[in-house]
Amino acid sequence: MILDENFLTVIASASAFMIGAEIEGAAVMIFFRIGDMFEDAAVQKTRKSISELVEMQPVSVRVVRDGKEIDVGPEDVAVGEYYIVLPGERIPIDGTVMSGYSSLDTKAITGESMPRDVAPGESALSGCINMTGALTVRADRAYSDSAVARILELVEESGARKAKTEKFITAFAKYYTPSVVVAAIAVATVPTLIFGLPYEAWVYRALVFLVVSCPCALVLSVPLTFFCGVGRASKSGILINGGDVMDRLALTDTVVVDKTGTVTKGTFEFSGIHPHGVTEDHLLEYAAKSEYRSDHPISAAIIDRYGREIDPGEIGKSVNLAGKGIRTEVNGRIVHAGNSKLMEDIGVEPCGVHGGATCIHVAIDGTYSGHISISDEPKEDSAEAIRELKDLGVKNVVMLTGDNMTSAGRVAEIVGIDAFRSDLLPEDKLEILEGYLTVREGKGSLVYVGDGINDAPSIARADVGVAMGNIGSDSAVEAADVVIMNDSLRRLPEAIRISRRTRGIAYQNIMLSLGFKFAALALATLGLAGMWFAIFADVGVAAIAIINGTRAYGKLF
Amino acid sequence: MKAAFTIENLGCAKCALKMEKKICGIKGVRSASVIFMSKKLIVDADEGEMLRIEEEATKVVKSIEPDARLVKR
Repeated sequence: MILDENFLTVIASASAFMIGAEIEGAAVMIFFRIGDMFEDAAVQKTRKSISELVEMQPVSVRVVRDGKEIDVGPEDVAVGEYYIVLPGERIPIDGTVMSGYSSLDTKAITGESMPRDVAPGESALSGCINMTGALTVRADRAYSDSAVARILELVEESGARKAKTEKFITAFAKYYTPSVVVAAIAVATVPTLIFGLPYEAWVYRALVFLVVSCPCALVLSVPLTFFCGVGRASKSGILINGGDVMDRLALTDTVVVDKTGTVTKGTFEFSGIHPHGVTEDHLLEYAAKSEYRSDHPISAAIIDRYGREIDPGEIGKSVNLAGKGIRTEVNGRIVHAGNSKLMEDIGVEPCGVHGGATCIHVAIDGTYSGHISISDEPKEDSAEAIRELKDLGVKNVVMLTGDNMTSAGRVAEIVGIDAFRSDLLPEDKLEILEGYLTVREGKGSLVYVGDGINDAPSIARADVGVAMGNIGSDSAVEAADVVIMNDSLRRLPEAIRISRRTRGIAYQNIMLSLGFKFAALALATLGLAGMWFAIFADVGVAAIAIINGTRAYGKLF
Repeated sequence: MKAAFTIENLGCAKCALKMEKKICGIKGVRSASVIFMSKKLIVDADEGEMLRIEEEATKVVKSIEPDARLVKR
C-alpha cells in the first residue's frame, strides 16, 4: 500500500515544505483536493445523465388485485397480473394492452420519435411513456426480464467487457506508479550522492515526479469515455454490449445481413395466385390448410388470404422441412407446399413461374397444382442505411436469404446491395459466414445483422453480432453484441459512427494524459518544469480528459 | 454462473482497479470485473462457491475503501 497515491502526495507536499518550497507544497495539497472534488462531481453528473435511463426505472406499479388498485414494487408484480398506467406515466413492465387506447412515446426505448398507437391486444413495451389514455395492461414478463431492466443491466454492465484501450490502461497503471517512484528516488539520490550536485534542486525535481505519479487521469477518463459512448448509443435505441464491441464495430469492413425482417419488413403479403390444373379456390384452400400448423410468417399471409375458418379435424400429420417448406396431410391427401427445392425433392416440375416474388409451390398427391406469390417489401430506410455504410468505408455488404434468386435480386437492387446469396438453408448461412471469416484480410471486422430468432448461431459467430428489434427475445440478447431496439437498419451505421467517435475520444485522452505526464517527467529531469507544471499535468489534465470523455455522450455540461 | 453486486460508496477509479485485481485472485473466481462508472462488481464462479467468494470480496472491498459496501443485487 506504500505506493498509494494519497501517500505519495503527502510525501511530495511535506518534502516541498522541507526544502523551502512552501507555496508549491501547499498548492499540491489544495489542487489535489480540488481535483478530487471535481472528479467526484463529474462522475456523479455523468452517472446521473446516463441514468436518464435509470429514470425509466419504475418506483411502483398500480396493480389490480381482488378488484382493487394497489401500489406495489415492480419486482412484486407476477406474470399475468393486470396493472394500470395513466397518461404521463411510464409502462413499468412488458405486457399486453387489455383495455384502453393510447399513444406511446417509445423514444427512450427505441430512439424513435414517432409515437406508436396501441389498442387492446397489442404489446406495450416497458420504458415507453403512455401519452393520451389510461391503459390496463397484463404483465407478460417479470420486471427483471422486461426491456427497461434489461437495458439498464446492459448499460451498467457493459464496462465488464473492456476495450483494448481500457486493457492497455489497466496494464499500464500497474507499472506506471512503481516506475515513476523508482525514477523519483533515482533523481533525488544519484546526482546528489554520486555527482555531488546540489541537493535541493534535485530533490525538487524528484518531487515533481511524485506529483505526476498517479495514472488517475487515464484510469478514470478512458472507462468514462466508453461508458458515455455506450450511454450515447442507448439513447438512440442501440444497445452495445461493451467497449470491446466498439473496438470491432469501429473497424467494420464487411456487413452480412439477413434479408427477411432485417432488410425487408418481414411482413409477407399475398401478391398473386397461379393455379395449374385446379381452380384458384382449390389451390388456395389446400395451401392454407397445409400451412395451418406452421408458424412461418408466409403461412400466416396465405391463411389470412384464404380467410375462412379451418377445421383442425381435416388436418393430419404435418412435417416442417426447414428451408424448404411443409408436408401436410389434408383430408387424407398429401400436400407439399414450399419452394422449388421441395418440388425437386419430391420430383415435381413447377411450371409457369414468373416474376420476382417469393413463390410457394403446391403439389397435391404429388401433382403440381400451381403456386402462390408472396412479396416482402424492403423497409423504407434500408437503402439509405446501405448508402451510409458505404460512405463509412464498409467494403462489402452481402445479403443472405433462404428466398429464391429473383426475389432476393429484386430486393438487393432496390436497396443497393451488390452481393447476395439466395436459396440458402438455415445452416448454409453459418457456413457462408465461416467462409468470409476465413478469407478475410487485415483487421477489418465482420458484422452480421439478423432478427435474432433463427440466426442466433450466425449472430454468435460473427465478430459483431447484431440482433434487430428483438429486445424481447432472450436468445437475441444473449447471443448478440449489439441489439437494435427499433427495426431500422440505419442504426447500424450510427452505431459504427458512435463507436469510432468514442474510440477517438479515448485515444485523445490517452495521448493528452500521457503526453503531459511524460513532458512533466522529461522537463523536470532537465530542470525546465516545476511543481506548477506537474500539478497542471496531473489535476488539470485529468479534468480536461474527463470533460473530453463526456463528449462521447453528447452534451453533458 | 455470473453474479452482479453493487459497491456502494465506491470512491475512486484506481481503487476499483485494485479491487478487481484482488477479487480476481480469490480462489474459485473464473473472472471478475469492477466497473467504476456504474459501481458494479460482476463475478463469474461456480454457484456453490459464490457465498464464500462474496464474503471474501466484501473483505477486499473494505480493505481498499473502508467506506465502501458490497451489496448483492
